[in-house]
Amino acid sequence: MTSSAPLTEQVVDVDEVTAAEVPWVTIVWNDPVNLMSYVTYVFQSLLGHPRPKAEKLMLDVHRKGRATVSSGTREQMEADVVKLQGAGLWATLAEDK
Amino acid sequence: MIADLVDQVRQLLAARRSEQPADPLVKLTGMTVGQDTPPQDPALARLLPDLHATDIELAGGLRVLYEPELIAAKDADAVALLDSLPRGGGTVRLDEPTAQAWIRALNDVRLAMGVRLELTQDDEEPPAVSDDPDGATAAMYATYRWLSAVQDSLVTALMDG
Repeated sequence: MTSSAPLTEQVVDVDEVTAAEVPWVTIVWNDPVNLMSYVTYVFQSLLGHPRPKAEKLMLDVHRKGRATVSSGTREQMEADVVKLQGAGLWATLAEDK
Repeated sequence: MIADLVDQVRQLLAARRSEQPADPLVKLTGMTVGQDTPPQDPALARLLPDLHATDIELAGGLRVLYEPELIAAKDADAVALLDSLPRGGGTVRLDEPTAQAWIRALNDVRLAMGVRLELTQDDEEPPAVSDDPDGATAAMYATYRWLSAVQDSLVTALMDG
């Protein structure tokens, strides 16, 4: 297999692309106080997840101790964490590495 | 009783707010900045957790930025609940925004009580309750369970509504 295209045209500034696209995530941690019904409700009403997805994420938090509930830019994740903490969920953001 | 408990959360939040640093920029911009370290009081620390789990420096920077608005939002929910209580008691009727404020404010009360009760496991009563069923901890735990049931019924009503 050959390519006639000159190599120089293939060069992409990798650093620039990844820096802009490295996703951030919002993590919700299990705690002994938040009700399962309430956590599902919060995932639906604040993050816009459909009921089945909200319930699955809630069960992940409950059984596995944590779940990634949204991903996006750092600014979006800051907004999600603030919303979830405002509702009393134990939420943090992290770089998705 | 709900009013007293909600008021205690408001007092915790007010104490934290009063410790916000006096920044000359506040007067110029109207922007309030928060502290960069978590609250010492464990109940307050649960209400206002770090926004990043491992990076202390980033968590501090985000706290400075966001803690004032989180305190304001929690206080607004508490005030909305208190304002909806009829004087002298009686039936409470809630529209949807007020019901939403109720479930968040009740949740904050329960979070603070959960820390005071030293709850660590899901659905497990603290040892102090069975050790002394007539003691203060048992009474607090009964209140906590009652608030859980009230919150759960409100959530169910909102989800099915």
